Amino acid sequence: MSDVLFQRGRLLLWGVCLALAIALPMVLKSGFIVSLLCQISVMVVFALSYNMLLGQTGLLSFGHAVYYGLGAFATMHALNAIGKDGGPLTVALLPLVGGAAGLVAGLILGYVTTKKAGTTFAMISLGIGEMVAACSLMFPGIFGGEGGVSGNRVVGKESLLGLTWGPQQEMYWLIVAWVFLSTVAMFALTQTPLGRMANAVRDNPERAEFVGYDTQRVRYRMLVLSGLFAGIAGGLTALNYEIVTAETLNSHTSGVVLLMSFVGGIGFFYGPIIGAILITLMQIVIGGLTHAWLLYFGLFFLFMVLMAPGGIASVIAMQRALWQAKLFGRMLPHYLASAIPVAILLAGLVGLIEMAYSLLAGEGVGAGDTATRVLGMELHLSSPGPWAMAVAITAVGALSLRLIGGRMSAAWHQALTELHGSKA
Amino acid sequence: MEFVFISLLNGITYGLLLFMLSSGLTLIFSMMGILNFAHASFYMLGAYFAYQISTLVGFWPGLLVAPLLVGAVGALVERYGLRRAHKFGHVAELLFTFGLAFLVEEVVHLVWGKSSVDYQIPVELDGTLFTLFDTAFPTYKGFMMLISVGMLIALYLLLTRTRIGLIIQAALTKPDMVEALGHNVPRIFMLVFGGGTALAGLAGVIGGNAFITEPGMAAAVGSIVFVVVVVGGLGSLGGAFVASLLIGCIQTFSIALSISITDVFALIGVSLPEGSQVARLTITQLAPVLPYILMVGILIFRPRGLMGARES
Amino acid sequence: MQKRKFIPGLALATSALLIGSSALAQVKIAYIDPLSGPFANVGEAGLKGFKEAAEILVNQKGGIMGQKLEFVGFDNKGSPQESLIQLKAATDQGIRFVTQGNGSGAAHALIDAVNKWNARNPDKTVLFFNYAAVDPTLTNEKCSFWHFRFDANSDMKMEAITNYMEKDKKIKKVFILGQDYAHGHQVAKATKEMLARKRKDVKIVGEDLHPIGRVKDFAPYVAKIKASGADTIVTGNWGNDLSLLIKAAKDAKLSAKFYTYYAGGLGTPQAMGAAGEGKVLQLTEWHMNVPTKNAEKFALDFNKKYPGVWFYYLRVNTMTEMVAKAMNTAKSTDPKAVALALEDMRFPAENGEAWMRKSDHQLMQPLYISVFSKKDGKVVKHDSEGTGFGWKTVAAISQRDSQLPTSCIMERP
Repeated sequence: MSDVLFQRGRLLLWGVCLALAIALPMVLKSGFIVSLLCQISVMVVFALSYNMLLGQTGLLSFGHAVYYGLGAFATMHALNAIGKDGGPLTVALLPLVGGAAGLVAGLILGYVTTKKAGTTFAMISLGIGEMVAACSLMFPGIFGGEGGVSGNRVVGKESLLGLTWGPQQEMYWLIVAWVFLSTVAMFALTQTPLGRMANAVRDNPERAEFVGYDTQRVRYRMLVLSGLFAGIAGGLTALNYEIVTAETLNSHTSGVVLLMSFVGGIGFFYGPIIGAILITLMQIVIGGLTHAWLLYFGLFFLFMVLMAPGGIASVIAMQRALWQAKLFGRMLPHYLASAIPVAILLAGLVGLIEMAYSLLAGEGVGAGDTATRVLGMELHLSSPGPWAMAVAITAVGALSLRLIGGRMSAAWHQALTELHGSKA
Repeated sequence: MEFVFISLLNGITYGLLLFMLSSGLTLIFSMMGILNFAHASFYMLGAYFAYQISTLVGFWPGLLVAPLLVGAVGALVERYGLRRAHKFGHVAELLFTFGLAFLVEEVVHLVWGKSSVDYQIPVELDGTLFTLFDTAFPTYKGFMMLISVGMLIALYLLLTRTRIGLIIQAALTKPDMVEALGHNVPRIFMLVFGGGTALAGLAGVIGGNAFITEPGMAAAVGSIVFVVVVVGGLGSLGGAFVASLLIGCIQTFSIALSISITDVFALIGVSLPEGSQVARLTITQLAPVLPYILMVGILIFRPRGLMGARES
Repeated sequence: MQKRKFIPGLALATSALLIGSSALAQVKIAYIDPLSGPFANVGEAGLKGFKEAAEILVNQKGGIMGQKLEFVGFDNKGSPQESLIQLKAATDQGIRFVTQGNGSGAAHALIDAVNKWNARNPDKTVLFFNYAAVDPTLTNEKCSFWHFRFDANSDMKMEAITNYMEKDKKIKKVFILGQDYAHGHQVAKATKEMLARKRKDVKIVGEDLHPIGRVKDFAPYVAKIKASGADTIVTGNWGNDLSLLIKAAKDAKLSAKFYTYYAGGLGTPQAMGAAGEGKVLQLTEWHMNVPTKNAEKFALDFNKKYPGVWFYYLRVNTMTEMVAKAMNTAKSTDPKAVALALEDMRFPAENGEAWMRKSDHQLMQPLYISVFSKKDGKVVKHDSEGTGFGWKTVAAISQRDSQLPTSCIMERP
C-alpha cells in the first residue's frame, strides 16, 4: 500500500516539477530569467549525467567535459550542415546528434579509461581531458579556434506549431522537454539491473566480481551512457547559445560539474539537480552582485565538504527522516534560534570580505577605494571604525553561535539517537 | 651537438624543479592517499611569501623562512581541514584540496593583486655562470640545480638515516602496523603534510623569481606535477625523480625538434593526407600534451608507474 | 519541487539588478569583460578607463544632450558563453549599447548574438563597440553593421610592423613564435605573407606555436631561436607568455630584437624590466611619450588617481568621445541612428585624425612603433609602469598608411 502511495507521490513530484519549470518564465517575465533558466536546465542534465559516474558507479572523473563539449560541437556542425534544408523539427531533434557524439566518444575513450577504477581512473580521465582540451586549440578547422563555431537555430521558413526556436522563450520549452525526457530516462536507468549493478560495483567491486559480474563491463556501460546524456546536454547548450567554444571541453567545465554534483549530493538522484541550480545561480546572480563571488564560492564549497559531505540532498533527506519520525517539530525551534547568530556571523563576514575587496581588489584594482557602500551604508575604509564594527559583529555572531549552537547540537544528537532507536 | 647539450641542461633544470614539487606530493600522496590538488597552490604561496620577505629583508632570509611558513600553513590545513575531511573518505579529502586551491588563488588575488609581482633574482646570483659554445648559462639556474640536488640528498638522508624517517617509510607501506606499534600516525600525517608543502614552498621560493610570480602560476604547474607522480609510481621518491627528469627532458627536446607529425608517421611507413590538420602539427606544438599522453600510456600499460611498488 | 524555494531568491536578485536602470535619465553602455578570475586586472583597468573618460571627456563637457554617459560593468569571466548571458542581463536593463575587448572569442560570440538579437527584436536593437579584439575577420568575413572596431586589427598592425622591418636592412633572419590559438596563427600567417612580399631576402628561419599560458620555461624555445641564428623575433604573445619569453632570452644572452603587439601593458613592462631595454619593440596607437594636447595629462592624472593601474588604452578615450559625438550629432540614442552617425566620421583624436571607415566599420588611426628604452626625461619623458624604462618612438605610421583593403560585404538594415 505504502509502495503504491510512494509511486503516486513520485509521479506527482515529477508533474509538479515539470509544471513549475514550464510556468516559471510565464510568471517572471524577463529575458534574463529565461536565459538563466535555460542555463540551469542544461546544467541539470550535465550534472545528472556526471553523477551516473561518481554517485552511482563510484568513478571520480576529471574529464567529463570531454563528452559534453564533443556533443556540443557535433550538434553545432550538424546544425550548420542541415542549413536551409531543415526545419524546426530537425533542429528540435539535433541534441540527439550531440548524444550520439557523446556516446561514440564514450565508446572509444571509455574502453581505455574504465579498465581500472579508483585513482587510476581519476588520473586517466584527467589526462584525457587535458589532451582533448589541448587538441581543441590545435584544430581550428573542427573547433573553430578562439572564436568557436557558431550557427543559427532558426532554420528554414516554416514553423512547427508556430515555433521557430528563435525567441529564447521557445528555446526554453525545447530545453525543458529534453531535460525532462533525459531526467526520466536517467532515473529509469537507476532502477534497471545495470543501474543496480553499478551500485554494487561502486560499493564492493570484489564482491560484485565474485557473484559473477564483470565490473569493468559495468563501468564501461555506465560511462558510455553517461557520455550519451552529457552529449545531449552539450547539444542543448549549442542550440541555446548558438555558439560553441573550446571552453566547453576544458578542465574548468569538468571541475564545475564535479562541484555541482558534490554540493548537491552525490548519494541521491536529485542531488545533482539541486547542485546544478544552486551553483549556476551562484555563478550568475552572485557574480553579478559582487566581485568577491569567487571567494564566497570557495568558502561555501569548503564549508560543504567539511560540514555536509553528503551534499544538500543529504541534509534534506535527514530533515525528511526527522519529519517522518515526528521529531522535526522539536528541532525547528533550535533551527530558528541558531538562524539568528548565523545571520549575524554571515553579515559580519560578508562585511569584512566586501570591505577588504573594495580596499584591495575592487574596481580600483588595488587602488585602495577608501569609501565604499556596503548594504547602503557609506563606509570610510581608511578609518578603523567600520573594520572594528565588522570584526565586532563577526565576533558576536561567532560567540552566540557557539552558545546556541551547543544546545542545538545536543538536541540534534538526542534526536538522532531517537531516530535510529525508533528504526531499530 | 651544442644544441643537444644546451637542451639537456635546460631539461635537467626544469626536471629538478618539477622534482622539488613532486617529491612533496609523492610523500603526501603515498602516505595519506590524497591527491593534493592544492599542492601547486603551496608552491605559489612559497613564491609570494618569499617575495614579501624579499621586499622587507632580502632574498636570503626568505629562502629559509618562506618554506617554513608554507609548511606551517600546510600543517594547519591538515590539522583543521583535511583531518576532518578524512573521516568522509577519499573523495571528500580530494575535493577539499580542490576547493582549497581555488580559495588560495582568490586570496592571493586579494592580497597581492591580480597581476604579477616584481620578485627579483638577488644580485649575487644575477649573471652568467658559464658560457657554453656561445649560449650563456645563468648563475641562477645553477643555483636552482644546487638547491634541488641538495634537497634530494637531505630528503634521502632524512628518510633513511633518521628515526622519524624510518617511521615515515614504514607508515608509507604499512600505516596500520605503525599505528599498532604505538606511533601517533595522525601526527606523522600532519608532519608529512607540513613537510611536503614546505618542499613545494621551497620550489616556489626559487621558481617564483626564475619565472614569474603571478596568481596563475599554481594552475600552470598543477596538473603536470600529478603526471610526474603518477608516471613515477605512487609512493616512490626514486620514481618521482626519474619521472621529473624524464618529463623535463621530453618537454625540452620536443620543443627542440622541428619535425611534423607527417614525418613521424612516415617513419613507420604511414603517409598522412597532404594538408590535413593533423599533418600540419609539429612535435613542438604537441610538446605540452606529451606528458599527458605519457601518463595515459603508463596508466594503461603499467598502472603502478615506472618504479611504483603498488597500484593505488 | 526544489525549484520553488529559489523563486524568492531569483526575484530578489533580479530586482537588485534592475534597480540601476530606474535611477536617472542616463545613456548607458554595458561593459562586458572579465571582472573576476585570472584576467580581471585587464578587465578592471579597462572599466576604470572608460568611466574616467566618460566623466572627464563627456559628462564634464555637457554630456549627451544633457544626459550623463555611464559605463556599467558586466562580468563575463572571460568566457564567450557567459558574455551572452551578460548581454541578456544588459538588454533586460534596457541598455542598448555594449562594449567588449578582451578576447576575440567573446567578440565573435557577441557579434553573432547582437546580429541575431537585432534580427529578432528590430524595435530593441543593440550596438556593439569593440575596443580591443583584433581578429581581422570581425571587420572582414564576419563584419556587421552593428559592430564598430576602435582598435587596428592584427593584420593592420602586422602591415605596419613589416613596413618598418622592410627598411631595416640589418634584418636577415626572422623567427616567428606565437601562442597556439587564432591570434597566434593569424600573426604567423600575416608575417610570412607580408615579409615574402616586402623583403624577399629575409629568411624565416623558424616558426613555432606554443599553447597559450601553459609554458613555464621558455629556455628551450630560446635555445632553438639561438640555434636558428635569428636576429629578429616576431611574436603576438601577450601577458606572461611574453614576459617569460623575454626573461628567458635575457638569461641566455640572446641579442635578437622582438617585435610585439602587447609589450606595453598588462604588467609586461614590470615583468621584463631591464631585460627588454633596446630589444623589445611594440606597435600601439599611442604611448606615453607621443606628444599630445591633453592625453598626457589625462594619463598622468589617471595613474595618480588609480595607483597600480596604468593608463594604456588611448582608444578607450577616442571611442568614448566618438560615440558621444555620434549621439550628439544624430540627436538620438537609438542604436541605428548612432551607427549611421559613426559611419564615415572623422575625428581629431589625441594621436591624430581618426576615421571610421564606412565599408567595414574599422577605425583608421595613426600607429606608432616604439622601443623600450631608459627614461631620460627628454625623449623618453615618462617611464612605463614605474620601471624606469619607457617607450621611444622609432616610427610613426599615418592613418592613411595603416589602411588595408577589406573583404567585408555588409548587410545593412
